[in-house]
Amino acid sequence: MPSRPISEGLFTWPVPAPPARPVLYGARCAPCGAVTFPPAPGCPRCGEDRMGPVELPARGTLYTWTTQEFLPKLPYLGPETPETFEPWAVGYVDLDGQLRVEGRLYDVDPEDLRFGMEFEVVVRPFRTTEDGIEVHTFGFAPSSPAGS
Amino acid sequence: MTDVAIVGVGIYPFGRHKDVTALEMGAAAARAALADAGMRWPDISYAVGGSFEVDIPDAMVAYLGLTGIDFTNVYNGCATAGAALSLGVQAIRSGRHDRVLVVGLDKHPAGAFTADPAGYGCPAWYGEMGLFLTPKFFGMKINRYMHDHGIGSQTLGRVAAKNYANGSLNPNAFRRTPLTVEQIVGSRMVNYPLTQYMFCSPDEGAAAVVLCRGEDARNHSPRPVWIRSVEVRTRRYGAFEVHSPSVPADRVPAPTADAARAAFEAAGVAPGDVDIAQLQDTDAGAEIIHMAEVGLCADGDQERMLAGEETSIGGRLPINTDGGLIANGEPIGASGLRQIHELTLQLQGRAGGRQVPRRPRTGLAHLYGAPGISSVTIVST
Repeated sequence: MPSRPISEGLFTWPVPAPPARPVLYGARCAPCGAVTFPPAPGCPRCGEDRMGPVELPARGTLYTWTTQEFLPKLPYLGPETPETFEPWAVGYVDLDGQLRVEGRLYDVDPEDLRFGMEFEVVVRPFRTTEDGIEVHTFGFAPSSPAGS
Repeated sequence: MTDVAIVGVGIYPFGRHKDVTALEMGAAAARAALADAGMRWPDISYAVGGSFEVDIPDAMVAYLGLTGIDFTNVYNGCATAGAALSLGVQAIRSGRHDRVLVVGLDKHPAGAFTADPAGYGCPAWYGEMGLFLTPKFFGMKINRYMHDHGIGSQTLGRVAAKNYANGSLNPNAFRRTPLTVEQIVGSRMVNYPLTQYMFCSPDEGAAAVVLCRGEDARNHSPRPVWIRSVEVRTRRYGAFEVHSPSVPADRVPAPTADAARAAFEAAGVAPGDVDIAQLQDTDAGAEIIHMAEVGLCADGDQERMLAGEETSIGGRLPINTDGGLIANGEPIGASGLRQIHELTLQLQGRAGGRQVPRRPRTGLAHLYGAPGISSVTIVST
């Protein structure tokens, strides 16, 4: 099936074969060092507009989370219907103490979520467009043991 | 600096009004405020109207009278009423106008607010992924806050139960049926740890205030209430705010804390002087967080304060005495002027069945909304 990322320049694409891992792409302000995700054209800290590309750390710890227990309205484009909708977890993952990035939390029962849990960036199929293209997006899943 | 007095307040009941337009509600609230001030519409030389759903609140002159008045329309998200009030106060302080009407009105469809992420500086994929949702952010913010400061879900339930109880005493409230802590905590989970009955909902309504120069105040009201300060702030870099695909790990205080600090400084009032407060309770967790962010308690004190009913009408520091957003819903443009209406009645001893005993002398009103804006107003007798 043909596939594409939900947006260009957000994460490693195509998804690298293990043991390589996907990362998120941010921007770093040359004058002040502030990092943004997604890449921003101007710096939210100092207001300058000299931003350069940077790869964000692939792992981090869970800063906070909640559950999404109702089907979002548009602009959400997920594949569920009211009948098939299952609550999901969403959180902010603190990537190496640099930036906290929001994303869906995959492969984990919300009951098992704990502050400080280790997560890593993943890229997953999200929906299929009307013309049959599989759209992939980023999220986080509990970290696999180091070196695996 | 010129003193600014509130000499009239009016409200159109919050709720659902099938056959009434937002402009009609706004005009009715304006007329109620004018009557309260003993004024007529031609006495007003400047008006400010705030709304989300109505592009041109000034169109209400069709109902109030075509006097040629200078009329400014504003929209600043959930802090719209604070921005509108700020403009009204500035118009008097600058000496440009003597008598000003500030009115807020809205009429929202049922269900959570939706919008285009692009209008909030967010990328399209953020909405496509299902992340452009305010209730989800509030769940995440209070989840972390409860973890950091030892607050339990019973306290969330107590906040909502208090606000429904207060709403049951308010004839203008949307939700007037008291609910128990158990009913609230046990209702359907929406965004952990927040349940269905812990959230406010968008609805309809209007509220208005009439302001005048301090030296004229007693010509219009036997008990004027003084606006000591109104401050509006947007988020700084590092604040943990709604609709943020990412936030820096070095967290700075929220715009609420910035607006409150500025408002206390401008008013020459300390947080300990506040006798009554109306805080943005978009959800029960928001009231808990905002208690500390505006400076009315330390982080974590809320657990003990709610258990001891300190923020109930008979308590040491009554909060959301008219039921807040939880019982009144949120017609965005009107919500903050409902707070000023309530503070005015309470400071004047006119709040009826929900009157705070030992009449309060200093009150605080607070708004907060997407994508990180807050206003804090301090009033006193």
